[in-house]
Amino acid sequence: MTQDQGAETDQKSRPRNGSKRVTDERPWWDTFPWWSAIIAAILLWMAWQIATSEDYELAWDRISPGLRLTVTATLQAFAIALVVGLAAGMGQLSRNVVARNISRTYVEFIRGIPILPLIFTVALIVVPETTEMLNSRLNAWFGWEFKLSFQMRATVTLALIYGAYMAEIFRGGIQSIPPGQSEAGRSLGLTRRQTMNSVILPQAMRAIIPPLGNDFIAILKDTSLLSVLGVLEITQRGRQFSASTFKFREGYFVVSFIYLILTLSLSLLLGLLEKRMTRDRQGER
Amino acid sequence: MITLSGLTKTFDRTIHAVKDVDLHIDEGEVVVIVGPSGSGKSTILRCINLLEIPTAGTVLVDGFELTDTSTDIDHVRAEVGMVFQQFNLFPHLTVMENITLAQRKVRGRSRAEAEEMAMRQLTRVGIPEKADSYPRQLSGGQQQRVAIARSLAMEPRVMLFDEPTSALDPEMVKEVLDVMLELAAEGMTMVVVSHEMGFARAAADRLVFIDEGEIIEAGPPEEIFTNPAHERTRAFFDKILY
Ligand SMILES: Nc1ncnc2c1ncn2[C@@H]1O[C@H](COP(=O)(O)OP(=O)(O)O)[C@@H](O)[C@H]1O
Ligand SMILES: [Mg+2]
Repeated sequence: MTQDQGAETDQKSRPRNGSKRVTDERPWWDTFPWWSAIIAAILLWMAWQIATSEDYELAWDRISPGLRLTVTATLQAFAIALVVGLAAGMGQLSRNVVARNISRTYVEFIRGIPILPLIFTVALIVVPETTEMLNSRLNAWFGWEFKLSFQMRATVTLALIYGAYMAEIFRGGIQSIPPGQSEAGRSLGLTRRQTMNSVILPQAMRAIIPPLGNDFIAILKDTSLLSVLGVLEITQRGRQFSASTFKFREGYFVVSFIYLILTLSLSLLLGLLEKRMTRDRQGER
Repeated sequence: MITLSGLTKTFDRTIHAVKDVDLHIDEGEVVVIVGPSGSGKSTILRCINLLEIPTAGTVLVDGFELTDTSTDIDHVRAEVGMVFQQFNLFPHLTVMENITLAQRKVRGRSRAEAEEMAMRQLTRVGIPEKADSYPRQLSGGQQQRVAIARSLAMEPRVMLFDEPTSALDPEMVKEVLDVMLELAAEGMTMVVVSHEMGFARAAADRLVFIDEGEIIEAGPPEEIFTNPAHERTRAFFDKILY
């Protein structure tokens, strides 16, 4: 499509001073992805440092055990956020006035507050107070109490925040499907639910999956904020290492290195997935 | 088969799309609706399967009172096929899957039964070889014929067509009209919004002219073409007929 247009304009605009435009191919150095070579070089250099320098190795040994917590928190937060996001996204499109307004309130409220104050608010005020309220009942009825570790509180906060962002992704994806699709489904006698599940959602998924992937990466990075609650994930371990050894450069280099490896490989995967989705789609478009 | 009484539809409290329309359509009758753009043709059609909910009046289809909340509207919709100007095929499904989806989910047919019915309808509209294609691989005329096959596979009692050839390139209009003509000859009850006067002449039992949400006049097509009773009808045909 764009190529066709390019060819057309080329034909129309005549070359001026005899210079001929015989090809629109660009030289290799113009199209080569230098940026990926640069990043690869930086990563290699970092890996080399960690492998050869004692200080870096020490930092690596102290910080990398936090990976497990970072990954667990990411997966948990993403999973909860998916459920919350789908519910709130569909809730906003619901015919039910209560569901619609609760979803909207949640989304607007969360999206209007920066993550850091939200984490403090939820982890230090909302969670303790609601659990306290619940626990007085639970204790009286079952002799059992409900406890959330700081790590879980922070994870739930992250999930609630990203749930609000994902709600918008789901809503947008569903609304991007022309109304004629659901009209066709309904006029064939499919129920609202059947139309949603067999006609709308499968098409909306193509618009939903890439931004959800981006949110996954964003959650991974934002687990670093859990460090403010003392959760021993990568960033917090980096802070502790640097503070106790005064090796700030080594500590934060290693932290950045780990995040970069994770996020870059994830976006690479996501890119491949998107490519496959467009290829699968060529048959039908 | 279809009885509209006092059908009124007002959008946003101010746009009076359909005003107090009475229309009765017998079983096997083919009715063609014409009228200027924005006169309410689509809205009337969409009220017949409750894609629009009437503001006032009643819609009786096959003995079911649609505006009555106790009527199972999904059940009635399965009996009323609808063909849209923009085809509205499901782009993520093959032609075969487009035609079998509702048969299986609504009619509860097995895969084999549904596929057999789909092939029968595809043969009827002349493109059995396209069963495994995706909608985007088909021309507009082929897509519209698949849409017709998809509706027919539900074995509806009534078929509604909303400008089925308006989005087509000229050379594809005939292949769709031919399918519709055949359907009319087989005795299907049809309500067709279309400005294809050749089709109206050949197939319509009645032509209904609508302007500003009201039925201006109705009768046999030839009579209305040659001797319209109202000035508005005459003016309209002067504009669209050569
Ligand atoms: N969903 C809607 N919301 C508001 N106005 C509408 C809607 N659908 C149709 N209308 C208005 O109702 C009138 C009749 O529309 P329509 O039935 O589509 O006309 P036609 O099919 O004859 O061109 C037009 O003025 C149109 O703008
Ligand atoms: Mg219309």
